[in-house]
Amino acid sequence: MTATLVSPTALEPLVDPILDKHHRCPDRLVQILREVQESLDYLSEETVAYLARALDMSQAQVRSTRDFYAFFYRENRGRYRILVSNNITDRMLDNHDIFNHFLNRLKLEAGKVSADGLVSIDYTSCTGMCDQGPAILVNNHAITRMTLHRADEICDLIRKQVPLTHWPAEFFAVSDNIHRADMLLGGNHVPGEAIKAAIARGRDGMLAEIKAANLRGRGGAGFTTAIKWDAGRKTPADQRYIVCNADEGEPGTFKDRVLLQSYPGRVFEGMVIAAYTVGAQQGFLYLRGEYLYLLASLEAYLAEMRRQNLLGKSIAGVPGFDFDIEIHLGAGAYVCGEESALIESLEGKAGRPRVRPPFPVTSGYMNKPTVVNNVETLCKATEIAIHGGKWYEAIGTKQSTGTKILSVSGDCERPGLYEYAFGVRISQVLEDCGAKDAIAVQVSGASGVCLSEREFGRRIAFEDVPTAGSFMIFGKNRDMFEVARNFIHFFAHESCGFCTPCRVGTHLLSDIMDKIAAGKGTQYEMNELLRLQQVLKPGSHCGLGQTAGNAIADTVQKFRPTYERRLAQTDFVPAFDLDLSLAKAREVSGRDDAEAHFSEHVEH
Amino acid sequence: MSDTKDTFTIDGQIIEFDHGQTVLQAALNAGVYIPHLCHHPELKPNGSCKLCTVTVNGRNGSACTQQALPGLEVENNTPAINDRRRVLLQMLFVEGNHFCPGCEKSGNCQLQALAYDLEMLTPHFRHSFPDRAVDASHPDIWLDRNRCVMCELCVRASRDLDGKSVFMLAGRGPASQVVVDSPSGLLKDSALTLDDKAAHVCPVGAILPKRTAFKVPIGDRQFDDAVISNQTDYLATRRIDTNPTTTDESLAEKV
Repeated sequence: MTATLVSPTALEPLVDPILDKHHRCPDRLVQILREVQESLDYLSEETVAYLARALDMSQAQVRSTRDFYAFFYRENRGRYRILVSNNITDRMLDNHDIFNHFLNRLKLEAGKVSADGLVSIDYTSCTGMCDQGPAILVNNHAITRMTLHRADEICDLIRKQVPLTHWPAEFFAVSDNIHRADMLLGGNHVPGEAIKAAIARGRDGMLAEIKAANLRGRGGAGFTTAIKWDAGRKTPADQRYIVCNADEGEPGTFKDRVLLQSYPGRVFEGMVIAAYTVGAQQGFLYLRGEYLYLLASLEAYLAEMRRQNLLGKSIAGVPGFDFDIEIHLGAGAYVCGEESALIESLEGKAGRPRVRPPFPVTSGYMNKPTVVNNVETLCKATEIAIHGGKWYEAIGTKQSTGTKILSVSGDCERPGLYEYAFGVRISQVLEDCGAKDAIAVQVSGASGVCLSEREFGRRIAFEDVPTAGSFMIFGKNRDMFEVARNFIHFFAHESCGFCTPCRVGTHLLSDIMDKIAAGKGTQYEMNELLRLQQVLKPGSHCGLGQTAGNAIADTVQKFRPTYERRLAQTDFVPAFDLDLSLAKAREVSGRDDAEAHFSEHVEH
Repeated sequence: MSDTKDTFTIDGQIIEFDHGQTVLQAALNAGVYIPHLCHHPELKPNGSCKLCTVTVNGRNGSACTQQALPGLEVENNTPAINDRRRVLLQMLFVEGNHFCPGCEKSGNCQLQALAYDLEMLTPHFRHSFPDRAVDASHPDIWLDRNRCVMCELCVRASRDLDGKSVFMLAGRGPASQVVVDSPSGLLKDSALTLDDKAAHVCPVGAILPKRTAFKVPIGDRQFDDAVISNQTDYLATRRIDTNPTTTDESLAEKV
């Protein structure tokens, strides 16, 4: 199958309107590539050359961006591109069966396009549908609650080449699954109320309330929001930016998806309040590519806000208060959740984390002061604007004020969202969601902490168990070794490649875990796991590499038997497999008889 | 007191520094060696190889990006830190395809010199033997990606010193690779010329001028004379030599 060659003249009518829409700005490259791929299915060298010329960029720059993101393809991957979410929660819902079913029905090889160039299938990192998995993406549109029956229906639609827009709407239904609502999920939203409350308090007053509330970032790190806002506003600049980080890539997290789907007013008004306080004129919502399905409704909501004068010029009648929000989509890169990598991506580049300092609050997007806040943090700003910092500060614990939304998934009766005042015990959450036989909870995602039964009395709070919101439950039949192996594969796939320890170390860790899984690990490999972790944790450039080995270290410590029962009863098994090294020769010669194999035990 | 310089300490030794210097620059100027690969005195720091990771007031950080500040307490030459550096070197060796005995860069290679200096005795980990493209298309310059360590010195030199941006790092994770800005992606169609600094800055043998390979014999090369940790003067002040024929003359003098 040769790919259809598109001549530059044929590219023009397809690509030029997209280029014009983005004012031919090189910093819109990620957005341009995404939209161009939507109509061309992949981004060939011809397309790269055309875009480079049109944007006055080097071809190497365009290639560098294209080749970084998992959702951009340099070769044809079919008109239908199926990606099966491969988080551990999808695994626990038998996503492998779905994947293999697709392969068999469509006669495909994993990761390779079909002979007729119509369809391809591969795995992808957690798509944030853990409470309604197993989930897949078709051309980046989310489909939840996959069954073998639904897979069959999809195969038929693809064979008949039915356009995605004509597929049954129920495939694309995404539920909120809110099981415990508190001040945010249960609150009443009157459009404009929070913005007007903030304006009534004034810029200094609003900052003082955020400070009094002791609001801390909900993205995981728990940085004090008032310090960020204050630094952003104090840095002299002609332009400042507010960025809402909706690159919710941490495995097991999906609260931001629900907030954006059903509470967009809080999110956007939080951004407007931040802009008012900090003195910013432009905002960006950086939405992960997996949440493409939200784009249209969010755009519509922004348009409505503009109509109501809650965005645009002289917002809410305040002269000179001009602010607007633009939505940028990611394209499959977990590392873009790191704020400086996110900014690189906003500028159209590969999402490699910057050297810090300078921090984004002083030099971020376009080297201007940029405040990057999590979706939930911005929602919290609206509550503080309305009710005041003192009221807010009284909820939760001393160092962790207010409420926190948990994304609960895994082995429980009612997966979904649970909002609690900070300080809630793990055991309380387990009881509420109907998790009766949990042996472990992974709090705050793959990069977080693995808690065993004896730790279920601990509390969700920055002073005890901090979290970005992910809460994955593992029942008594689950194998915690496989959980850790799933996570390290995730990190190896998502490592940006910038720094040595993470780029190489995550792969070495995955290889060792695979070796143990194959029954070829020994005590030597156990020592190696921990030795590597001691290099990755202190030596990596950003949080990705620093936390990549956490789940392994936790499970080695707390669930050691699950490793030990896999170990070979010898001192060492070489990683180099003599027999496996002949596989290529066997394939070429078409032989697979006993003589073409090394025997299991070499005789002396 | 006005002429007293600001100071910080490395492993207890007092280091003077000028405002604006990084810990690594100040250390090299003071004759204190901190291992590094992606730093070059002519270029802005990158902070990616992580070999220069030290602890600064107890926290880990790259010496090449850390600003020198009065009173900092830096730990550098400790068994624990050097152990980690050895692992990083092993990672770099198994990640690419490095065959020192047959490599033209041997003796001038910083990766090799570091491995000798830190007494890296084996690669320790399983080699990944990646399949990486060699670009021999350019009449004067080789690009052998097998030896690339992703330090981006060529990227920075081409962009910041040559004003050409011939090189970029593309891809992700271990699939990262240096790509060339040209319609074909080949070096011959790029703007790279032999007098570019980018053609001579590579610390390993990934980018090499052609027909110079063994003009300086093994034994007479930069790191043959003295171990790299004893060459702080050279490391602190070196300039990218864009005229490799000078090595011919120096050789002629010796002979």
